[in-house]
Amino acid sequence: MTNPSNHGRIDTKSSWDGTLSWDEFCIAARAFMEQWNRFNADLPPFSWVPRPNPPWIPPSSQSEGYLSVDNVLIFGRTEETCKKGDDKEEEEEEEFSCCDNDNVVDPAMLAQTDEVSSHHYDFNIIYNVSYRVPVLYFRAYLSDGQVLGLDDIIKSIPSSTKRLLMESKWTFITQEDHPYLNRPWFTLHPCGTSEWLKMLFNSDPARAQGGLSVAQYLVAWFSVVGQLFDLKIPFEMMGYVDESGRQHKNTITDSS
Amino acid sequence: MAKNDKSREAQKLVWEGAIPLQIHLHESEVTTLPPPSPAMILAPRIGYLPLLVSQIKPYFSSTLPPGVDTVWFEYKGLPLKWYIPTGVLFDLLCSEPERPWNLTVHFRGYPGNVLSSCEGEDSVKWSFINSLKEAAYIINGNCKNVMNMSQHDQSELWRSVLNGNLESYLHFASKLKFGFTADDLSMKLNISSLKSREASTEADASGPTKAGRIPIRLYIRSFNEDFDDLEDLPVIDSWDNISYINRPVEINDDGNCFTLGDAIKSLLPEFFPNKTLPKDSACSPNVKENEKLEPEAAGSGATGTDEAEEMLQERLKSCSLSDTPELKLIRIQGIEPKLEIPFAWVVNNLMNPEHYIHIIVYVRVG
Repeated sequence: MTNPSNHGRIDTKSSWDGTLSWDEFCIAARAFMEQWNRFNADLPPFSWVPRPNPPWIPPSSQSEGYLSVDNVLIFGRTEETCKKGDDKEEEEEEEFSCCDNDNVVDPAMLAQTDEVSSHHYDFNIIYNVSYRVPVLYFRAYLSDGQVLGLDDIIKSIPSSTKRLLMESKWTFITQEDHPYLNRPWFTLHPCGTSEWLKMLFNSDPARAQGGLSVAQYLVAWFSVVGQLFDLKIPFEMMGYVDESGRQHKNTITDSS
Repeated sequence: MAKNDKSREAQKLVWEGAIPLQIHLHESEVTTLPPPSPAMILAPRIGYLPLLVSQIKPYFSSTLPPGVDTVWFEYKGLPLKWYIPTGVLFDLLCSEPERPWNLTVHFRGYPGNVLSSCEGEDSVKWSFINSLKEAAYIINGNCKNVMNMSQHDQSELWRSVLNGNLESYLHFASKLKFGFTADDLSMKLNISSLKSREASTEADASGPTKAGRIPIRLYIRSFNEDFDDLEDLPVIDSWDNISYINRPVEINDDGNCFTLGDAIKSLLPEFFPNKTLPKDSACSPNVKENEKLEPEAAGSGATGTDEAEEMLQERLKSCSLSDTPELKLIRIQGIEPKLEIPFAWVVNNLMNPEHYIHIIVYVRVG
């Protein structure tokens, strides 16, 4: 991986097309990984997976790679269970609030229900050299290892996000071979990514003025694609201060 | 128009290229005696295996066990990726062309852990459109032209691929306004430009290739030992044994004739130990002044003339030192083109309809 450089900024003022180069991806990936792992302590950490070199490249050479996080637990939420779940939560709260006695709620029961509906996700963030953008690859399975199909996954996506993302012709899920693992994974098709990233940055006057720190590219990108799985970028990551003391603010007021 | 026809000659052959298939039903799905005889059909090179199902099904429908069809194909134990054009699969997996090509079809038990799901023609169509979009993005920097294409035109474009109708394809593809159209890049392809590199720098008969990015899908089959006979190559039983590179080739408009060799070098620099090919490089020996690349070889099958093949072999061998990995074979649309042909010719003539050049490379390592 290339070392991140502090001067790595993308000039979003001129005709930036929303893409980034491989070297910029490496910088962004490292920054994203550091921030994620620092501020998302309750979720599994991202790691950098070097691509195994093909047989004709000496093992010592620098290799390509991608970001990976395994076994992110996301509760399944079909329309029905989601509603039921919410009700249950409210009930629970009430019960807890009126009497925090230990015989009111059967925790074993609860755990059992959750286990059935929880989905485990593996996420890989891979650079796509054709579109020059990061692409999210993912697969999902139940606690017993049973792999989830596309229908199950779509059913579990929060309905508001689903509407937003699925109706857009820019963002849709397809099944593709994982470029490194050579097995079918689901992926958010990258053909619209540069377009919406450009819009995202142009709609933010501060970013449009000051350019975008390469280090923040993946954070901004994930703040959108993560929504699909109800994964939120912690607030700290959005206004993260890196070691050099440079503040990457999300919003700046002096956008005159 | 006559000129145009001439320049389309190779492309036409590519579109007409077909592989005779002999398709066997997997024994686990045979429920009758005697077992059904294999289906013989001709598969277009630029087509896709799932598109043949409606032709194949009648041969086997009476013997299939009960259940829902989830069709997939297999060659010597390797489940075939349905979104790779049939001609590419053939060139990649049959080191020596096997005719007819013996494939096994399964109607049950889809190996979903290895193959992405395929729901017939629709899946193939969307895979095709997605590839077309990707190619458009590489070439034009956006895929608006594909996204904004009317449903009708998109369907017609797909139908022309489905039916192998080049004329109709050219009509609808022209609406996509790809940065390079055949005419754009046709670069006045003067056959005499197939001179060696140094000649082409002096008098640029071929005209410079436009700068830009060209969509490439590169499939690399590697093996450890040297085999005199390609037929002795070990059978591929897993896709893990094939390296796949989906990376555009960047063409710089530096006035030099950009050759197929330059393109391969930019994708696989490890096989070209010298930074630049020296002028008297073994890679461009004795190329006769007016040596022709024979386009008639293009669609007709997997080999050019034996002589040409031998020359290529020698040239490929001499390109690398014995202790470095070695390019053994380059195959595009069933032909084994010379490294010094202008890349623009390859692009214009050997491109698949989704605007990708599929290149197959056999390499020896270690």
